[in-house]
Amino acid sequence: MNSPNVPKKIYLRVWIALLALLLLTWGLAEINLGPFNNVAALGISITKMLLVVLIFMHGRYEKALTWIFIIGGVVWFLIMVDLTLSDYLTRGQVRDRNQSWRHLEQNPPTLQPNTNGEAAR
Amino acid sequence: MPETHAALQEQFEEMPQQKEAATLGMWAFLATEVLFFGAMFMTYLVYRQTYPWAFAEASHHTIVLFGTVNTAILLTSSLTMALAVHAARENNIKWLFRFLAITIFFALAFLAVKGFEYRQDLNEHLWPGPHFRPELPPQAQIFWVLYWIMTGVHAVHVTVGVCLLSTMAWMTSRRKFSDAYYTPVEMTGLYWHFVDIIWIYLYPLLYLIHRYSS
Repeated sequence: MNSPNVPKKIYLRVWIALLALLLLTWGLAEINLGPFNNVAALGISITKMLLVVLIFMHGRYEKALTWIFIIGGVVWFLIMVDLTLSDYLTRGQVRDRNQSWRHLEQNPPTLQPNTNGEAAR
Repeated sequence: MPETHAALQEQFEEMPQQKEAATLGMWAFLATEVLFFGAMFMTYLVYRQTYPWAFAEASHHTIVLFGTVNTAILLTSSLTMALAVHAARENNIKWLFRFLAITIFFALAFLAVKGFEYRQDLNEHLWPGPHFRPELPPQAQIFWVLYWIMTGVHAVHVTVGVCLLSTMAWMTSRRKFSDAYYTPVEMTGLYWHFVDIIWIYLYPLLYLIHRYSS
């Protein structure tokens, strides 16, 4: 908020770091690192984001209340990612490992009267 | 003693309080923007892990040089934006205006490069639909749908940024800002840096999938 005016030199250094990280991302993408290609790409992007948020956006001088808002969007995004991927990444896994439901396929339960479709006809 | 300034709105006690409220509001808006783009990144993530090879194949048709040059342009425009705020804090109104003008120039340069890139993408039949490149797997169209939507929505944000920056430059020329009051410039800066951050993620996700196998 009432932060000191960051010297121009710092902004220039951050800019040089950002351009260096850009060339690094590009360079690393041309080399086969296996799964670490994705790790490197994401890691560099997060580093670049932190540089921009902390220095260019003066995040490091903001107080706790503002930080709740800064982090809030990211936290809620990660909750969405977590809940969505816990579905998509585990599809087909749960059923294959646990076969105890299979007898239901052969002998479907008829405890409840069928009230939709069939019964109406 | 509370500071008084012509730009102080009646609901605030003093200028620092007004600026604090503006900053908090801007970050709250940016949080909604994170979730707005977040839904698209989520879609991307689900389809990429479902069809990894189609995505790699599709990504090889993006034009990496244009993407890289545009990343450099946006990163540099973030620097000139930060320097514009810096100039405002030093009450250097002449350089505030110049840095805003330079930032607008870079924003327009980004859009121009993107335009040339879009034209080449269209010439190469990378628009999903009946005329999509037949040699690519059908799932590659999902990648290209996401490419057009995500870069398109980002380009709209850049365009909004140009409007905001132009308004700031106009207000600067009308002598609205000084070291005592430059909150709108700083808030425009927050928005502009956010647009830069979105591109920081779009660049590797769209242009750099499995580059080494192409």
